[in-house]
Amino acid sequence: MTIDAATVRKVARLARIAQPEETVEQLARELSGIMDWIEQLSEVDTDGVEPMTSAVHVPMPMRDDVVTEGGDPEVVLSNSPKRAGAFFVVPKVVE
Amino acid sequence: MSELTSLTLKAALDGLAAKSFSSVELTQAHIEAVEAARALNAYVLETPEKALEMAKASDARRAAGSVRPLEGAPLGIKDLFCTEGVRSTAGSKIIGDFKPAYESTVTSNLWRDGAVMLGKLNMDEFAMGSSNETSAWGPVVNPWRTTGGNAQLTPGGSSGGSASAVAAELCLGATATDTGGSIRQPASFTGTVGIKPTYGRCSRWGIVAFASSLDQAGPMARSVEDTAILLSSMAGHDPKDSTSLPVETPDFASFVGKSVKGLRIGVPKEYRVDGMPAEIDALWEQGIAWLKDAGCEIVEVSLPHTKYALPAYYIVAPAEASSNLARYDGMRYGLRVDGANLTETYERSRAAGFGAEVKRRIMIGTYVLSAGYYDAYYLKALKVRRRIADDFDQAFEKVDALLTPTAPSAAFQLGDKSDDPVAMYLNDIFTVTVNLAGLPGMSVPAGLDASGLPLGLQLIGRALDEGTLFSLGGALEKAANFRAKPQKWW
Repeated sequence: MTIDAATVRKVARLARIAQPEETVEQLARELSGIMDWIEQLSEVDTDGVEPMTSAVHVPMPMRDDVVTEGGDPEVVLSNSPKRAGAFFVVPKVVE
Repeated sequence: MSELTSLTLKAALDGLAAKSFSSVELTQAHIEAVEAARALNAYVLETPEKALEMAKASDARRAAGSVRPLEGAPLGIKDLFCTEGVRSTAGSKIIGDFKPAYESTVTSNLWRDGAVMLGKLNMDEFAMGSSNETSAWGPVVNPWRTTGGNAQLTPGGSSGGSASAVAAELCLGATATDTGGSIRQPASFTGTVGIKPTYGRCSRWGIVAFASSLDQAGPMARSVEDTAILLSSMAGHDPKDSTSLPVETPDFASFVGKSVKGLRIGVPKEYRVDGMPAEIDALWEQGIAWLKDAGCEIVEVSLPHTKYALPAYYIVAPAEASSNLARYDGMRYGLRVDGANLTETYERSRAAGFGAEVKRRIMIGTYVLSAGYYDAYYLKALKVRRRIADDFDQAFEKVDALLTPTAPSAAFQLGDKSDDPVAMYLNDIFTVTVNLAGLPGMSVPAGLDASGLPLGLQLIGRALDEGTLFSLGGALEKAANFRAKPQKWW
């Protein structure tokens, strides 16, 4: 098995997804199944191949570095789960 | 006025121009069709009042002599596109009742050109799925059924709502997106036309991100010409998306009907996979014969890394998704489930808001990007991606376009593959290569299988050569003369 229960717990923590303990073994099996299938990539000779980091070969278009919009807190806050005045209310970060 | 919904987009635009009917009449007919088809679950939000308001404004513009390219045409919008003031969920609970304060560039372009919005279309959650079963809104049902059967079939995914709505005549055309086949596979499953343009043709601004180096918007409609008309409106450089290409958008419809004589068509031998139904192989042969009859030269080509495209995709796409979806933390918008501290609030919100497939992909993406695995998985996949793109570059030295089947099967029953992630992923075996290489790909309905379900053929072109695809798609459409429609049961 590529991914064991301990790895699932670690990755779930990194991904910030609460994973109930009773689901960990099942998820480990599913993810291992996927990773085992992905393993076939090791057959491909990629020596000296440059990784492809962009889907197109054109240079990035440039634009002037100027502010084009902004300054509207009401719009930014319009979907907030909790707010107070012109601020988002979030859980305490610093004890 | 139900016959108004059976028109192609082109015929509807002609009818509007001839004043045979108004946009309000056309829109009202569609609103009624949408209401009567709720059993398909294609729309997750109907916006009839907005539609009629837009239709009235369109009729007023026409009366004043100002007519735009899509004037008065009612369309459906995939729920991945942000629409100002209109709930946009990406098929996920985590976004909740999010009402964007802005409009995506692609939909802005459609409204600029006079189109009318009927509502938002169902989809797999965050566009992750091939059967529409991962949607928080429940699966979309395919209007097609097997001859004499009544089992509920998938319309494919992730643009299942778009496909179903187009096939069932609940809009004249729809927006869709394609990250690994999400336009083309549903088009094949529903007897509709869909094109994923070259990466960068359409702006991704305002489209909820899944895998940014692969995501691309495109249209679905009931004819090749209709998709060409829609794509000309949707496409174009956008300063808000630096990956949108600074190139002119051609009048794509002008390519439909052009002669394809002398074009060289590649047939990649690696697409003859084990276990492919004989009917799909036969349809492919038929497609080759049609293009030969139209004057094309058929050339066998090799794309040796084809079999590695899906595994490479299932590293690249989840890696990008795990990064893109990190923004759903319950702080500024969407679902928040309170915990004892900040981390627990994040963990609970994301556990409650994401569905099983999205969680799987975030986990895979986080794993392959985590310390110690990055080189072995992520970097390796990017190198394999380069080899896949190189395969296409070499093939396009010899040919002008490629012809393949779109999907390895016809539409399957809802529930059939939902227990086996890898079996579900294999749906995209013929489509995903195109996303990795950034190329345009189109699915055209070509025939029915023995059980009466539609099957599509895929055309793949050079980067920015959608024009050739529209000419070839038009030739295939003419030869196939695909006229079948789903029997109305809904």
